[in-house]
Amino acid sequence: MKKKPTTVQFTGTKEQEEKLLAVIRKYDGVKGKMMPILQEAQEIYGYLPIEVQRIIARETGVSLEEIYGIVSFYAQFKLNPDGKVAIAVCLGTACYVKGSGELVEAISDELKVAPGSTSADGKFSLEATRCIGACGLAPVLTVNGEVYGRLTKADIPGILAKYKD
Amino acid sequence: MILTVNDLNTARDNHLADVAMRVGCDKAVGKIRKHVLICGGTGCTSSGSTALRNALEKELAAKGIADEIKIVTTGCFGLCALGPIMIVYPEGTFYSMVKEENIAEIVESHLIGGEPVAALEYHERSGDHHAVSSLSEMTFYKKQQRVSLHNCGVIDPEDINEYIAREGYQALAKVLTSMTREEVVQCMLDSGLRGRGGAGFPTGMKWKFAMGSTGKKYVCCNADEGDPGAFMDRSVLEGDPHSVLEAMAIAGYAIGSDEGYIYVRAEYPIAIHRLEIAIRQAREAGLLGKNIFGTGFDFDISLRFGAGAFVCGEETALMTSIEGNRGEPRPRPPFPAVKGLFGKPTILNNVETYANIPQIILKGAQWFASMGTEKSKGTKVFALGGKITNTGLVEVPMGTTLREVIEEIGGGIPNGKKFKAAQTGGPSGGCIPAHLIDTPIDYDNLIAIGSMMGSGGLIVMDEDNCMVDIARFFLEFTVDESCGKCTPCRIGTRRLLEILDKIIAGNGELEDLDRLEELANYIKSASLCGLGQTAPNPVLSTLRYFRDEYIAHIVDKKCPAGVCKKLTRYSIVKDNCIGCGACARQCPVGAISRTDYIAPDKKLAAMAIDPAKCVKCGACMPTCKFKAIVKA
Repeated sequence: MKKKPTTVQFTGTKEQEEKLLAVIRKYDGVKGKMMPILQEAQEIYGYLPIEVQRIIARETGVSLEEIYGIVSFYAQFKLNPDGKVAIAVCLGTACYVKGSGELVEAISDELKVAPGSTSADGKFSLEATRCIGACGLAPVLTVNGEVYGRLTKADIPGILAKYKD
Repeated sequence: MILTVNDLNTARDNHLADVAMRVGCDKAVGKIRKHVLICGGTGCTSSGSTALRNALEKELAAKGIADEIKIVTTGCFGLCALGPIMIVYPEGTFYSMVKEENIAEIVESHLIGGEPVAALEYHERSGDHHAVSSLSEMTFYKKQQRVSLHNCGVIDPEDINEYIAREGYQALAKVLTSMTREEVVQCMLDSGLRGRGGAGFPTGMKWKFAMGSTGKKYVCCNADEGDPGAFMDRSVLEGDPHSVLEAMAIAGYAIGSDEGYIYVRAEYPIAIHRLEIAIRQAREAGLLGKNIFGTGFDFDISLRFGAGAFVCGEETALMTSIEGNRGEPRPRPPFPAVKGLFGKPTILNNVETYANIPQIILKGAQWFASMGTEKSKGTKVFALGGKITNTGLVEVPMGTTLREVIEEIGGGIPNGKKFKAAQTGGPSGGCIPAHLIDTPIDYDNLIAIGSMMGSGGLIVMDEDNCMVDIARFFLEFTVDESCGKCTPCRIGTRRLLEILDKIIAGNGELEDLDRLEELANYIKSASLCGLGQTAPNPVLSTLRYFRDEYIAHIVDKKCPAGVCKKLTRYSIVKDNCIGCGACARQCPVGAISRTDYIAPDKKLAAMAIDPAKCVKCGACMPTCKFKAIVKA
């Protein structure tokens, strides 16, 4: 999925930055350290906005271009923060042949959120993910980590209603 | 600490009793009367097995029998469609789709009263519908031969002692104390083991090349299972992580390396958690680290987390990623056995390949080579998914036919639908049509029919799946995952996708089929790595076997399976319509209205859909109880 820079205001705190600096120090001298640093940075901030990438560039001496190149390469790294209600629909093959493509469409239509983005108010985010491994329950989606399986389009309004207020 | 082989044997004998009840030796230990195994694989965890364990613990404590029943969270049993799964030993009662509210009954009737709860036992869906009392009687397991999965669903993966009780680390002890490096490599060559990750390169050859290099070397494990729909590697890591650690140490001894890396998908939290526990326990026991078994051999393993890039399944891309860069492949030669990770000689094998190795060492190359076909030895794990009754993980000898896997083990296609195709090899593979269902599955047969083994994803499709849409699905995946380094893959796959989009939108021309084929062959021959070289396979194989479906999209402007929206038309069969109007109330755009036609045996005038207004959302279809609405 194409990654778009976020429009959400960066609200990183001093504490988060200190944690990040500690992580960078921890990996000082470790071979191949950029991936673990980015992974732990994402755990701290929830995503990797350009502000965070700048800190990492400054501290490690690796250019911002190179870091952005890595962040935009891997699906796991997020340029956008998750919504308060983070919906992920599995688009693995097993789920796709059982109709998960229709689920993405139905959710996107109902919430007016395009796949891969977060709604303007920051409430809902919709992601089409790779196989999450629950093929026995196909097609599946997760909302804030909770798994819903064996779904049809008709189940979508009921699930979303639980999270709307 | 396990400092010598004698220590290992003592540990095994001491813990044999812990697992004996589960492997057919009916042996009660102390007060423990029964073992309750609960699947803790990703599939069953998603369907609530953790809550089940908590409920069971609470209930046992309430009844005061917590010290008589041992609860074990295991890896995947394979039958994911019926999760969460619970098995009670020594009798081997198989409970499927267990819910929290069933726990009280199971405890009262079975664990206290000794009477299994028949209503919750697994029933074979075909035949005489009797409850099956043990695993070995189930059709799903009968045809399987579990080698790399032999501990999955049997042991507690978070307890190294259960692995040791099942002859764990004996193979490492054997190679370190009684085999030369050359003998280990020869054993791999003689076994005929080929890489289970996709390409099927002989494992022994890889090891032999790396053995010949000098200086610092690395052993890597590819646990970046990227094929959407394959989950065997995850299940091995979740169910039997020590087998991979042991095999990597054996590989380290054979090629002369003291350091290993496991590159595992960050999206596999349970697998990562269990690997971390396994590595810690192995270090504490002295089975990883310095001077293993007092032989002077050092070996240790670190984890690296993949970040979701399909191309990182390619060996050179994976190494570039461990080095901390964008995971782009490098040209070969130099091959990794000469210049791999951090520029040093490296071997890379996949999880399932490693899981076979301890047993090959213990039981001998001949034992392994006696299974399978002439050029594909041993067994292969398949992740059965899609339109199939028994979704899950199956392990069968190479050479088993697709029919046996789909119809017998898989239980066939649900809802009385017709089998249309099986897709193997994921985005690098192809679709196998119904008339080739009797093909014995091995590396070479699958390539001959235009697909490939890949990592073992096996997705079953029925008549409701459109093959053009499936080809497009995989191509969209590869376009997304192409790293962009080489032009044929980066631009070529995108052009292929555009042609497919044009066909699906109803704007295709017959010449497009030739263009697809020509471009596909260019991409295959000119791409840098395996991703690009195999990316056109889904298009080529569907063109080969389902050309008529492409032609239907292009010439008749129809999608025979009714999947491609722009080519789908909803209509009402007027003689089936009773005129209730339920569909019209459901239609969001008011496209359905009443006609003046009354069918012969009906009272109200039939409804009709205005194709100009219809947005093809399909909302009307499920509301009709009389099957009067059709799409074509």
